[in-house]
Amino acid sequence: MRTALRAVWPPLLVLAVLVTGWQAYVTAAGVDPTVLPSPGRVLSQGWANRGDLWDQTLPTLQETLLGFALSFTAAWLVAVVLDFSAAARRGLYPLLVASQTIPIVAVAPLLIIWFGFGLLPKMLVVTLTTFFPLAATLAAGFAATDRDAMRLLRSLGTGRVRAFRLVRVPSALPHFFTGLRVSITYAVVGAVFAEYAGAEKGLGIYMQAQKSAFRTDLVFAAVAVTAALSIALFGATCLLQRLVLPWERALVKEGRS
Amino acid sequence: MSLEVRGVTKAFGSLAVLRDLNLSVEPGEFAAVIGPSGSGKSTLFNLISGLDRPTSGEILVQGAPASVASGKVAYMPQKDLLFPWRTVLDNTALGLEAQGVRKKEARRRAGELFEAFGLDGFQSSYPFELSGGMRQRAALLRTVVLERPVLLLDEPFGALDSLTRTEMQLWLADMWQRYRWTVVLVTHDIREAVLLADTVHVLSPRPATVVERIEVPRSGPRGLDALSEPEFAATERRLLDSLSGRVSRVNEVTAG
Repeated sequence: MRTALRAVWPPLLVLAVLVTGWQAYVTAAGVDPTVLPSPGRVLSQGWANRGDLWDQTLPTLQETLLGFALSFTAAWLVAVVLDFSAAARRGLYPLLVASQTIPIVAVAPLLIIWFGFGLLPKMLVVTLTTFFPLAATLAAGFAATDRDAMRLLRSLGTGRVRAFRLVRVPSALPHFFTGLRVSITYAVVGAVFAEYAGAEKGLGIYMQAQKSAFRTDLVFAAVAVTAALSIALFGATCLLQRLVLPWERALVKEGRS
Repeated sequence: MSLEVRGVTKAFGSLAVLRDLNLSVEPGEFAAVIGPSGSGKSTLFNLISGLDRPTSGEILVQGAPASVASGKVAYMPQKDLLFPWRTVLDNTALGLEAQGVRKKEARRRAGELFEAFGLDGFQSSYPFELSGGMRQRAALLRTVVLERPVLLLDEPFGALDSLTRTEMQLWLADMWQRYRWTVVLVTHDIREAVLLADTVHVLSPRPATVVERIEVPRSGPRGLDALSEPEFAATERRLLDSLSGRVSRVNEVTAG
């Protein structure tokens, strides 16, 4: 708990300084709130519209979580296939890397054309933005398994599937969590972006609507909610890592002492 | 014979690593294989454990050709290979789990040896909490609990500091006297070989072959006291001569 506090206060301090500077600038220069609202205004207007914001947050959160679940499943499937088959590694991996160069900006509207304004195209955008870091770190994690450990198991006559379960999966997990932390922060942004391309509900379409109405303060409020969601999900993955890999923290602690 | 290596040659492409190598180990014998570094000791181990096949010649373990599937050889690699995500007990049970024993049963069997291996009380610790010597003992436990007829130990104490290494050697001597495993120990530590083994097989530089087989004379149990026996020093000297390619003085005397 103390270490958590120690990690949290420096960024909070920096944030406080930035927000104070922003507030001071807006007040002193008398900036038009439709151009740049003060943080105080964003906060008060956001609070006044909290019911509305909450209604928009739920669908975004749903798209994020479902899209991420799909991404998670696909990443495991692909990484396992890549690990078991050298042919798949040769044939599939370069395509996966190449797929990262396709701009989501171009794909998102197409997904709307193909799948409509519902949940599915948003899920797919989230999946597309988060899949690669997950699959790549997991595949790299499998590949990074100690060769001598694999040899030891082979000398005992252990089959591939059992060796995979006993050694390759656990030794890949720390790598996987690195990918998980990176991609979960993309996930919310992915969902918001997908809504921008066309949606009935959600933070993305809400931002667009408020921008058109010159309610810049509410755009900022929605951005703040998006950031809070990302941070919460990031925190959740850190918590999950602690639960799944209790030995890792003990090891780090040992290394420090 | 527990282990017979008959005229084994192993080449990787044009690189000959082993040449016409012969070696035999009786049940309950502690054999040491000693040689200069890079002399193909690890290759020999891969062949005996069945991970690799000889180019020519044959290797018999209890009369049958060496293979991974026969499950007759338990191999302890140089690195302890304890997994950070497993507790010490789960690490020592890993070998059994790897060959298909149920987790609960594997833990029970490994747990029974904890006291004898001086690991009692550390069952639920993680490997990084153990000292170097304890880690090696845990790795040996993981190997021994498989109850395979032949134990292959590949420089098990090579990474330890000299003090801990001596402690571990004496401990292993003690354990061997209790259990009488059939052991093949690869080492480049002459004293370790003389302290622990019944027979020492000296390898030549690559391509390796056994240049000399030395029986270690013993007047008492192996242990700290053996270090001060005159024949201990004589055997050490003989091994050193043999390793450096000199004709041993004992031979010279008998020849002259």
